[in-house]
Amino acid sequence: MHVPEDAVVSSADVALALASAASQSGVQIYDRTSILHVMVKRGQVAGVETDKGQIQCQYFVNCAGQWAYELGLCSEEPVSIPLHACEHFYLLTRPWETPLPSSTPTVVDADGRIYIRNWQGGILSGGFEKNPKPIFTEGKNQLEIQNLQEDWDHFEPLLSSLLRRMPQLETLEIVKLVNCPETFTPDMRCIMGESPSVRGYFVLVGMNSAGLSFGGGAGKYLAEWMVYGYPSENVWELDLKRFGALQSSRTFLRHRVMEVMPLLYDLKVPRWDFQTGRQLRTSPLYDRLDAQGARWMEKHGFERPKYFIPPDKDLLALEQSKTFYKPDWFEIVESEVKCCKEAVCVIDMSSFTKFEITSTGDQALEILQYLFSNDLDVPVGHIVHTGMLNERGGYENDCSIARLSKRSFFMISPTDQQVHCWAWLKKYMPEDSNLILEDVTWKYTALNLIGPRAVDVLSELSYAPMTPDHFPSLFCKEMSVGYANGIRVMSMTHTGEPGFMLYIPIEYALHVYNEVMSVGQKYGIRNAGYYALRSLRIEKFFAFWGQDLNTLTTPLECGGESRVKLDKGVDFIGRDALLQQRQNGVYKRLTMFILDDHDTDLDLWPWWGEPIYRNGRYVGKTTSSAYGYTLERHVCLGFVHNFSEDTGEEQVVTADFINRGEYEIDIAGHRFQAKAKLYPVPSLLTHKRRKEDVELSDLHGK
Amino acid sequence: MDGPVPGRASAGVWAPAASSCSSAAPEGRMCVCPGPRRIGIPVRSSSLPLFSDAMPAPTQLFFPLIRNCELSRIYGTACYCHHKHLCCSPPYIPQSRPRYTPHPAYATFYRPKESWWQYTQGRRYASTPQKFYLTPPQVNSILKANEYSFKVPEFDGKNISSVLGFDSNQLPANAPIEDRRSAATCLQTRGMLLGVFDGHAGCACSQAVSERLFYYIAVSLLPHETLLEIENAVESGRALLPILQWHKHPNDYFSKEASKLYFNSLRTYWQELIDLNTGESTDIDVKEALINAFKRLDNDISLEAQVGDPNSFLNYLVLRVAFSGATACVAHVDGVDLHVANTGDSRAMLGVQEEDGSWSAVTLSNDHNAQNEREVERLKLEHPKNEAKSVVKQDRLLGLLMPFRAFGDVKFKWSIDLQKRVIESGPDQLNDNEYTKFIPPNYYTPPYLTAEPEVTYHRLRPQDKFLVLATDGLWETMHRQDVVRIVGEYLTGMHHQQPIAVGGYKVTLGQMHGLLTERRAKMSSVFEDQNAATHLIRHAVGNNEFGAVDHERLSKMLSLPEELARMYRDDITIIVVQFNSHVVGAYQNQEQ
Repeated sequence: MHVPEDAVVSSADVALALASAASQSGVQIYDRTSILHVMVKRGQVAGVETDKGQIQCQYFVNCAGQWAYELGLCSEEPVSIPLHACEHFYLLTRPWETPLPSSTPTVVDADGRIYIRNWQGGILSGGFEKNPKPIFTEGKNQLEIQNLQEDWDHFEPLLSSLLRRMPQLETLEIVKLVNCPETFTPDMRCIMGESPSVRGYFVLVGMNSAGLSFGGGAGKYLAEWMVYGYPSENVWELDLKRFGALQSSRTFLRHRVMEVMPLLYDLKVPRWDFQTGRQLRTSPLYDRLDAQGARWMEKHGFERPKYFIPPDKDLLALEQSKTFYKPDWFEIVESEVKCCKEAVCVIDMSSFTKFEITSTGDQALEILQYLFSNDLDVPVGHIVHTGMLNERGGYENDCSIARLSKRSFFMISPTDQQVHCWAWLKKYMPEDSNLILEDVTWKYTALNLIGPRAVDVLSELSYAPMTPDHFPSLFCKEMSVGYANGIRVMSMTHTGEPGFMLYIPIEYALHVYNEVMSVGQKYGIRNAGYYALRSLRIEKFFAFWGQDLNTLTTPLECGGESRVKLDKGVDFIGRDALLQQRQNGVYKRLTMFILDDHDTDLDLWPWWGEPIYRNGRYVGKTTSSAYGYTLERHVCLGFVHNFSEDTGEEQVVTADFINRGEYEIDIAGHRFQAKAKLYPVPSLLTHKRRKEDVELSDLHGK
Repeated sequence: MDGPVPGRASAGVWAPAASSCSSAAPEGRMCVCPGPRRIGIPVRSSSLPLFSDAMPAPTQLFFPLIRNCELSRIYGTACYCHHKHLCCSPPYIPQSRPRYTPHPAYATFYRPKESWWQYTQGRRYASTPQKFYLTPPQVNSILKANEYSFKVPEFDGKNISSVLGFDSNQLPANAPIEDRRSAATCLQTRGMLLGVFDGHAGCACSQAVSERLFYYIAVSLLPHETLLEIENAVESGRALLPILQWHKHPNDYFSKEASKLYFNSLRTYWQELIDLNTGESTDIDVKEALINAFKRLDNDISLEAQVGDPNSFLNYLVLRVAFSGATACVAHVDGVDLHVANTGDSRAMLGVQEEDGSWSAVTLSNDHNAQNEREVERLKLEHPKNEAKSVVKQDRLLGLLMPFRAFGDVKFKWSIDLQKRVIESGPDQLNDNEYTKFIPPNYYTPPYLTAEPEVTYHRLRPQDKFLVLATDGLWETMHRQDVVRIVGEYLTGMHHQQPIAVGGYKVTLGQMHGLLTERRAKMSSVFEDQNAATHLIRHAVGNNEFGAVDHERLSKMLSLPEELARMYRDDITIIVVQFNSHVVGAYQNQEQ
């Protein structure tokens, strides 16, 4: 790919230019000064202690590159910044007989894992090899720094691919091989934002070898973050708070970056799962599920089942999931979805973040009423779906909260909210010993019984009537399941299907699972994984935080009005913004698209990020998509904007605007017609199988 | 002793020479096979129906036969009868050893490929003869099953030990293997002990020596005060000072049952050392300590068998230990002082890197067998003149035993009376054993055998990079020069391959590319092994006529059924000790 405006910039010169510009505006730069530690007072940065004395400050930005991990620990309240350095080699040669012109394009040969560019009339060429050499695992080590030598043997594969791509370079004379370590993060995305534990402590590191290209933008967002309290774009994917201390093991980082670095030049297929640093957090049922054919994905260090390979399936045929087309798990997930619709499935959802908030008086209710948009002053035993909004009405979190007692609440959030949500709650909770916030994620195993027969399984196991009259929807009760007492049963699922969530103290997990599976046999129970869940929820138009929802989307923009009680009688964060928005209208709207002329078998699949066209004009991008096994169509969720034809300015989006448009989804250059929906397809809500469709095979155990 | 030792089967140590075998019936039953399987070869067959179960004579007869000039005939016959099946390689007999008859492994070249397959197919497959080779991973798992590596821990980047660490491995040919190995650090004195032990007539003696000898050595090296302290601790029931830190592979076991018995013997030894102490000299001579330890342990083995034990299991054990035998080759490294104590025909070989980077081998032990004229002389001098012809016969001690020094083997040490008395009062298993009852011919003036080691001292120099200790299973397949070169290149390839630096020279990308490709090709053969001993075994078993590892050959050798493996190779046990040249150099500088 040739980019005519492509340019080469010297990072050292850019840094010097920025420094001198900053100095001119009054910034003081201390050269050759090392930080001993960062001083923290009452959770807020107070200053830094250097080898040349103290400096008071309100903000501190850790931009220490590959030393950021160590610097993060040099603080009274340690900040974990998961990154690790790898050696990186590039080659410099003497000029060509006729020196290369400065207009020579930069060439990237991803298959050969190398880049080549002009350097003083000769070339500069480096790459990202398959077998990276991690370095500085034990921290800043004098020995290793001194030993940063050229390693020609290590560079050999890259040199070979360079000469294969450009054989004529053979006669160029070598100047040297430079060894210049680069830092990498556990997920190949950079790390920025404010520390969850220390206010005023900001971080901008881990550029995965793209520091110079990303530096400008990243700096801009970080500056906004510091000045306004939030960046102008959704940067959740780069937020330091997507990681916790659990990703900061040196061994984990060392192993993970060895997988990340080669990935830079690899083809990134959808639903990629890292292979290193796995099996860190697991449910007590991990072995049981694994033995039954579970294939795993990892979220925030937690292993979650993707789907279960039936015993009769040819495993060898399943190793080719790396495709942009129909993946090989299609039929497997289909049978799991079918079972959820017609019988009952069990999904291990233990990875979800679980907090308990209790107080001696009404403090818990008061603070939750202020932090959450829905009305939480509900009778004990009720469950409330609610957003946790910021001042602008955007979702900081989307969660379910059960009122366990007058003064105690149980809160379930997405897995990767563990650090962010904790930090958010802590930030607003008063220092009050009568108000206790506890992370109980590790205490409970969560099983989702999903499907119409879930009620039968549970009532048989508990000897309690589970019908809607006795156990209405969105209700929470502690009851016995099998021999185990005190199981928290909730009549809710995260997909809109009928079913129950079981929160089981971990020591009972195996027992309850075994009981459920053995009693469930006659109702056709089987295991299911997250891919089935995903298909079900997208088909039902359930938006998920972190995929469809982020800090810049409000409930009014995604059909979440019912989860906002603007008039609950108490003020809450974001209320003013929402009131304003209700008056002014929304500028984007989450919409469901059902692809019409898409051939599931032959066409490329939508994964996410596909452009949406309305009447031939670009209006936004999809945020998630899945094949809907009931609709037998692909379903995409995405935001529709209304850009002014003249100015490109965003305008109000109304239901009418959505409904009166012809839509197309662009998948890799091919546009597919799509039907836009603002509400779930009603027929899906009351699924009934017609009598004449029943087959003998429906009598088989699933 | 500058030549390699000819092939001999350690299980065949006891085998009489061909002539006596064909004439004397009792000698024909003399072999003690460890297992129930006996596969035989007719003594003078010209047609070689090789592996029929019906063959009466023990396998072990084969090698003495070959060595006694039957070889050419067998070869000839094999070639004649099976030329259609021959492997294509011509016999590879290195120039360096023309004096000797080819060793057993060469027989492979002449071995009809299918023969042992027919044998196994009889059990496994009904009809279709099909070729089957082990895959490289299968070969690796066999080669690596017993490998062990130890690195001397470094503290603060400063390694005060002259030993960097060691790699060891063993490949069985006997079932069970009769070789043993030991490695330990002396905790109360400095120094590291490493040893290989080659058992014969079973593994009982080599096992016992492998677990006991180092304690005897360590105790011999202890200063008087430490001995007193330990004795007092035993007496008063206090915790004992640890003496040895063992470095063991999980497969290297110690006998639980005999542990108490062994301890008591050891304690008696140190009590005597305490009593003998005159308080004059505090300097302990390592050479003397090694000799005393060897002799004392052999003496204890002998005594324990004479005294017996009320526990019938132990009683049988001590007898088996005494009636089987073992050679020992032990190295003691302390700073720049390297002592090698050798009894028998295992060897210690020093790998020296010359200034030009090439490798040369320095032998640090002498084989005690018929090829060593000084040993033959010694034996002749130790016995009356009229025994001069019988004491070494057909290159064997009394025509029977290949090594001229060994632990155990009380048949060559005790008087005839003593032997008879012990056997008669011993358990039935012993009494029923034809072998134990058998008295060697021309047995007039025992003892004929000693465990006293020959101790060699070497002061380590920076160019001394490593020491190879190995049983004769290695030395009979490979020349010492090849052994040292392969280990040397392996170690430098792994750790010391000099990084390339361009620094100032004019080098083009093309030239550099050529150089790197060459280096990589060299490395890839080394990469397979993480253990120098494994690498050496791979070469010993799999080398073709060009000195390169031939996978097909390796695979064939390793897939031999248990019953046959011993015909093609002996147990191989190797320890490769790596020295730290920096530390050795520092010692040198200090003393200058």
